[in-house]
Amino acid sequence: MATAKKKLVKWEPTDIKEEMLKKYPPKVARKRAKQIMINEALENETPEITANVRTIPGIITMRGCTYAGCKGVILGPTRDIVNITHGPIGCGFYSWLTRRNQTDASGEGDENYMPYCFSTDMEDKDIIFGGEKKLAAAIQEAYDLFHPKAIAIFATCPVGLIGDDIHAVAKQMKEKFGDCNVFGFSCEGYKGVSQSAGHHIANNQIFKHVVGENDEEKPGEYRINLLGEYNIGGDGFEIDRILKLCGITNIATFSGNSTYDQFASAHKADLNCVMCHRSINYVADMLETKFGIPWIKVNFIGAESTAKSLRKIGTYFGDKSFIEKIEAVIAAEMPEIEAVVADVRTRTEGKTAMMFVGGSRAHHYQDLFSEMGMKTLSAGYEFAHRDDYEGRHVIPNLKVDADSRNIEEITVEADDTRYAPRKTEAELAALEEGGLKFKEYEGLIPDMDKGSLIIDDCNQYEAEKLVEILKPDIFCAGIKEKYSIQKLGVPMKQLHSYDSGGPYAGFKGAINFYKEIDRLTNSKVWSYMKAPWQESPELSATYVWE
Amino acid sequence: MLLRHTPNEVAERKALTINPAKTCQPVGAMYAALGVHGCLPHSHGSQGCCAYHRSMLTRHYKEPVSAGTSSFTEGASVFGGQANLVQALDNMFTVYEPEVVAVHTTCLSETIGDDLPQITDKATKDGKVPEGKHVIYANTPSYVGTHVTGFSNMVKGMVKLAESTGVKNGKVNVIPGWVEPADMEEIKRLSALVGVDITMFPDTSGVLNGPLSGKYSMFPEGGTTVKELKSTGDAIGTLALGEWCSADAARLLDTQHKVPCKVLDMPFGLKATDRFVDALRIIAGVNVPEEVSRERGQLVDMISDMHQYFYHKKVALAGDPDQVIALTEFLVSIDMCPVHIVTGTQSKKVKARLEELTADVPFKVNIAAKGDMFLLHQWIKNEPVDLIIGNTYAKYIARDEDIPLVRFGFPIIDRVGHQYFPTVGYKGGLRLLEIILGRLLDRTDRDAPEESFELVY
Ligand code: SF4
Ligand code: SF4
Repeated sequence: MATAKKKLVKWEPTDIKEEMLKKYPPKVARKRAKQIMINEALENETPEITANVRTIPGIITMRGCTYAGCKGVILGPTRDIVNITHGPIGCGFYSWLTRRNQTDASGEGDENYMPYCFSTDMEDKDIIFGGEKKLAAAIQEAYDLFHPKAIAIFATCPVGLIGDDIHAVAKQMKEKFGDCNVFGFSCEGYKGVSQSAGHHIANNQIFKHVVGENDEEKPGEYRINLLGEYNIGGDGFEIDRILKLCGITNIATFSGNSTYDQFASAHKADLNCVMCHRSINYVADMLETKFGIPWIKVNFIGAESTAKSLRKIGTYFGDKSFIEKIEAVIAAEMPEIEAVVADVRTRTEGKTAMMFVGGSRAHHYQDLFSEMGMKTLSAGYEFAHRDDYEGRHVIPNLKVDADSRNIEEITVEADDTRYAPRKTEAELAALEEGGLKFKEYEGLIPDMDKGSLIIDDCNQYEAEKLVEILKPDIFCAGIKEKYSIQKLGVPMKQLHSYDSGGPYAGFKGAINFYKEIDRLTNSKVWSYMKAPWQESPELSATYVWE
Repeated sequence: MLLRHTPNEVAERKALTINPAKTCQPVGAMYAALGVHGCLPHSHGSQGCCAYHRSMLTRHYKEPVSAGTSSFTEGASVFGGQANLVQALDNMFTVYEPEVVAVHTTCLSETIGDDLPQITDKATKDGKVPEGKHVIYANTPSYVGTHVTGFSNMVKGMVKLAESTGVKNGKVNVIPGWVEPADMEEIKRLSALVGVDITMFPDTSGVLNGPLSGKYSMFPEGGTTVKELKSTGDAIGTLALGEWCSADAARLLDTQHKVPCKVLDMPFGLKATDRFVDALRIIAGVNVPEEVSRERGQLVDMISDMHQYFYHKKVALAGDPDQVIALTEFLVSIDMCPVHIVTGTQSKKVKARLEELTADVPFKVNIAAKGDMFLLHQWIKNEPVDLIIGNTYAKYIARDEDIPLVRFGFPIIDRVGHQYFPTVGYKGGLRLLEIILGRLLDRTDRDAPEESFELVY
């Protein structure tokens, strides 16, 4: 088994960092050094990490693009919007069903366009003469074929370059149809340094064009929105199951298993619960400013974290019977989990993990690992900003560089008629006093051990070095990293779209994850790396028959 | 119904592609480049394309796929990507030490008009390309052609390494086209069996079907070496398998180094394999050994044994032109009836060839080049079929319409085996038949009422 072959040499974190940087040309090494941090675990001692900066040409990155963040991540999981990619065929093709977003469109008359890929499939004449005409025609054809509630347009790299005005086309078509909302996203891949820019563009446009469109009252006593949950592998289904058991109404998930109407009604909730801080924290802020809905950070990855998050929601609403109901749900779910953990832990205790994933996942999943007695040696984000590492208190000091400046920032104000603070200042203060923190996220750093390595925008070369040096029992990243890590004899779990399996969120999800990690780290396959003749290659002159 | 919004009536669409039967050029260029030993593909554009292409190839081949990107942001998009590419070449040769870097463009760098020869020249002059190392390149604007075009363009890029000394080396160049690593291996085996010494390029066998051994190497053993690529200029001839994947490179070798070429179909099925073997025989002036005739005979035997299950079965087919053409010929040759055929490539030539091949099919045949899978689905709704042959994405149609599916082509991201078991040559033909037959008979077994459920077939 992999553990048996652990390197015996004890590496100091500084040596590891040095080893990782050694082969780089000096300029590259200087830049990467600022994105690799040895954790001091105390925010006032921990040096600043550089994040949300450009990747280095030629250094094989794990990142994707702005379009991927916008169309793939945020709008991908919505089922009843026709998402048209305006560009050559590739971008649309690759973002077609590849993120394992599940949706439940089993209701009578439900629309579901997720299995479809729509593209203007631009050809050279469209690049030369402009693609607006073709775009307008494509929107018309989509409308005639499907009559959807909404059509969204996504700009790819060449569209921005040739200057097609997708927003003008959208506006014109929306007016023409009257019964179909049409809006666009300027999410050209080159616009930002990572997917993060795309999330921002997506959220801003959804906020501008959809949120608040439906003022109908929604039923339910304890109404929340779940922000930053994408229903990969059915995570959202499991969270919804738990919320329902507790009597919590989820008005809108942004954007797992979501619908147009959920977005349109989001302002009807009384609390926003933020899962993935990176991809969506600004939507929570905007909902608060415009409609008066406070937000808290939650985490439904990990059984303990799920329980804690539910209790936070209970505290917020404050009703005794509601809190009791939540406690009853937790009490009912926990025994099964404890039984599985008790068994799995006998095989996972003391094992080690590394994870380099997206935004908050590299943080959240550490809770699951620690529930199994596993330690995270190194972690980092693919597209986070400094606040995801160091906590929201650094936001005022973040430098806005050229790459961030071209991402639209929208400023919102309190809605004239619909702004309604859900709690009075005094109530909020009392809740804060009692330990419920609003608008707060402390980031990854305080939760990781002293001396662990926190790496922003980790790349293939560094990942390989880390694995060689520290031999973790499991490595978590994305599909591009999967097989090069496994060739090294270390199991690799995809945490973007999970390869297979899931859900991993909530209570049932935790059980799935424990079992999955148990399977991966204890698979017999890792002991087959060498053939018998490679284990003991010495030649013997005669074969001794038994 | 997953594709519940697909109506039966086919309305003409001029602007909207729905469920494409193709993707963009760069992914093909990346795949081809991996077939050169020690080669690191490089995507000149923003990082998203590269991420997408690597992901798709990784999912299909279940192997590590490394590639660099010029990581364009807005600045590079406006001022040009020269600085990014020069820096990228420097970084890649320093950190990863490839023998060759194969640069391809993307929509972005094509639209701004970056000049690859000029930039690589500059990088070489600036000393960013170490002695003895190479940079090859291909223009792969994704708004022209498809992934197949990209493959073809990168193979053309490889030909730029060819040299001719004036002395023929007695070898035959074989350009296999976009087929699986297992197919490339089979083409080498078959050629060796026929007794012909070939140089095959690209060759992804050994690169994209590597073992698990606890070691990772960015550049595994396999792939056509630079030395072999250089020697292609001295070959006695080139066999290009597939007009759309391979012919351009073969013609370029002919113009530049006077290596005569012949364009054949991809050797899927009996007749196309016959032509390939026969061409090898004639070029090299050898007698086809008994062993090859025996393999052929086994395929013919299987066709005759199982003919009743193939006869007049209707098939819907989606894929790349070279594959679809050869497959159509094969299906027709065993008396199956391809009735709906879609390829994403815009081409009158493909259409004409497919019409010719299906001229005798006793049903109306729908052919679209270029078409998409939405159209294919609509055709199926109007005229149901017994079998669908297409890539992974066809599984949505197969499920909704309850029709068996044979996965074939690119990408196949939900099954394995395609990397390891060839479908070219006689042996590959046997495997194809086995899969088709298995699907058809599984279906018969599943649907038979108890009173007519039988043990033997
Ligand atoms: S931007 Fe162009 S090259 Fe890149 S994935 Fe999209 S279509 Fe392909
Ligand atoms: S970088 Fe541009 S062209 Fe490439 S995938 Fe992203 S949007 Fe498409």
